[in-house]
Amino acid sequence: MTTAALPLRRRSRAGGLLAGLVRGVLHRWLPLAILVVCWEAATRVADSAFFPPPSEIVKRMREMWFSGPADHLFLTTKAGDSIAPSLGRMALGLLLSTVAGIVLGLALGRSEKALAYLNPVLQFARVIPPPTLVPVFIVLFDLGTQMQVASIIFSAIWPILLNTADGVRTVDPVQMDTAETFRMSAADRIRFIIIPSALPKIFAGLRLALSLSLILMVFSELLPGTSDGLGFELTNAQSQSDLPTLWSVIVLLGILGYLFNTILLAVERRVLTWHRAARKVAS
Amino acid sequence: MDKVTGMLEITGLGHAYGSHRVLQGMDLKVSQGELVTIVGPSGCGKSTLLRCIAGLIRPSEGKVVLNGTPIDGVPDGLAVVFQDYSRSLLPWLTVRDNVALPLRRRGTGKAERRAQAVRALASVGLDDAASKYPWQLSGGMQQRVSIARALAYRPSMLLMDEPFGSVDAQTREDLEDLVLQVHRAEGMTILLVTHDIDESVYLGDRVVVLARNPGRIREELPVSLPAARDQIGTRAAPEFVRLRAEVGRLVRGGAAKDGPPTVHEKPVR
Ligand SMILES: Nc1ncnc2c1ncn2[C@@H]1O[C@H](COP(=O)(O)OP(=O)(O)OP(=O)(O)O)[C@@H](O)[C@H]1O
Ligand SMILES: [Mg+2]
Repeated sequence: MTTAALPLRRRSRAGGLLAGLVRGVLHRWLPLAILVVCWEAATRVADSAFFPPPSEIVKRMREMWFSGPADHLFLTTKAGDSIAPSLGRMALGLLLSTVAGIVLGLALGRSEKALAYLNPVLQFARVIPPPTLVPVFIVLFDLGTQMQVASIIFSAIWPILLNTADGVRTVDPVQMDTAETFRMSAADRIRFIIIPSALPKIFAGLRLALSLSLILMVFSELLPGTSDGLGFELTNAQSQSDLPTLWSVIVLLGILGYLFNTILLAVERRVLTWHRAARKVAS
Repeated sequence: MDKVTGMLEITGLGHAYGSHRVLQGMDLKVSQGELVTIVGPSGCGKSTLLRCIAGLIRPSEGKVVLNGTPIDGVPDGLAVVFQDYSRSLLPWLTVRDNVALPLRRRGTGKAERRAQAVRALASVGLDDAASKYPWQLSGGMQQRVSIARALAYRPSMLLMDEPFGSVDAQTREDLEDLVLQVHRAEGMTILLVTHDIDESVYLGDRVVVLARNPGRIREELPVSLPAARDQIGTRAAPEFVRLRAEVGRLVRGGAAKDGPPTVHEKPVR
């Protein structure tokens, strides 16, 4: 390789990378951009009060939530009053269901008998549409945060629990034999063998739990007894026929859902590098 | 033989998986510090025998006594190199951490455990694979990792189930000599299962030949070769040649007489 050829090659490779990146972004976002442009045009032509143009929705979102001072990350007080409580409850609900789901799933998955006995009950509990239980929780718990977090937990825990139990059951018996011959402690077995081998399944459960908890977060806030949150914002705007705000909340929920999922996928990709690589080698 | 303390004592051992009888009426004594090789045709129950000795399965008949106490569960100071070596390694840990993992209960610090792991890896010729993952290695290298893991653990008894099955000839000879060396240096009691008749004679203080249908001991042959062995000289010794022929005759002749291995659906494990 000559010294003259090197910089040339490097430049062209960097150029290729950039072009690839641009192409990737275009492919991903172009359909959405076209849709928004069409929507904008259509709503302007139709001039309907029910369907404000996207530009107006964005303006409203900015005014309501993102026009705060720079040292508050541009968030307004209103954002703090409606987005923060919602996200707080969702995070708490998801955290508790993850911890409880994994712990219970581990216990169930290790005990063939317990799983066999409880499986019908679990499957039954899982298929109950979670929103139908919200009225029950309203009766059982204090209105507000307690009831809302309970609703989130009751819907989000099932996929985590069942997936963990399933993942734990499929631990390679040769690995367990190895742990046994080396007389590893129960804690070490759980930490170094059982949880890592169940992790791919646990993550699949987490993805489901994430979208369920977002749904239940909003749904539980739509009910009477709520005083803040995005769902509350939604009912409020509806009663005042404030359609731009209504649409703003809907768009924000979409963005949040997308964002959370992207973050979870990134974490999963990092944590399960070995899993994807080992699978690729095996095939 | 000068060692007298019966370390491992197997009497009337028999095992059946459900209605499928695999082992029957086995009696075997292994002294402290002895290296016993076990040869036998495929499917005669060699792995099952090792699993009974390791305390991983409770035999349906007979008993296994170790240092005077009947085995109930895995005894302390035991290491096993499984036939399914690749499945016994954890794909989410590096090779070094795989080897270091069993050392956790010894209470040594993390750095020390890792140093021990790296030393064990070096002894099987895998110095530069320490930070790789098991699935990045060839089958033979994975097999050496599982051997390194057992050696790093410094067991007083080592059970090896066809430990050199997928390494190349040169590495195989090196590993055979490594086993002889740790056996001599640390006085480790070793039971080694092999398919290879030459290997059984080259390594063993004693060769146990198994027969199949059901699995039982056909013959025990003491190996009167000197303890110091080398790949070229030992294999040319008249005693080696004689023993090899005899073991070969026992294995092949027996296999022909006892019929093919019973085809039995082995549950996917
Ligand atoms: N877990 C099990 N359940 C039922 N049958 C089994 C099980 N494990 C082994 N067997 C059967 O027991 C017999 C002996 O198996 P084993 O693995 O002990 O033989 P082996 O001598 O180690 O064979 P190989 O040389 O192929 O490793 C075989 O017929 C096998 O199908
Ligand atoms: Mg076997």
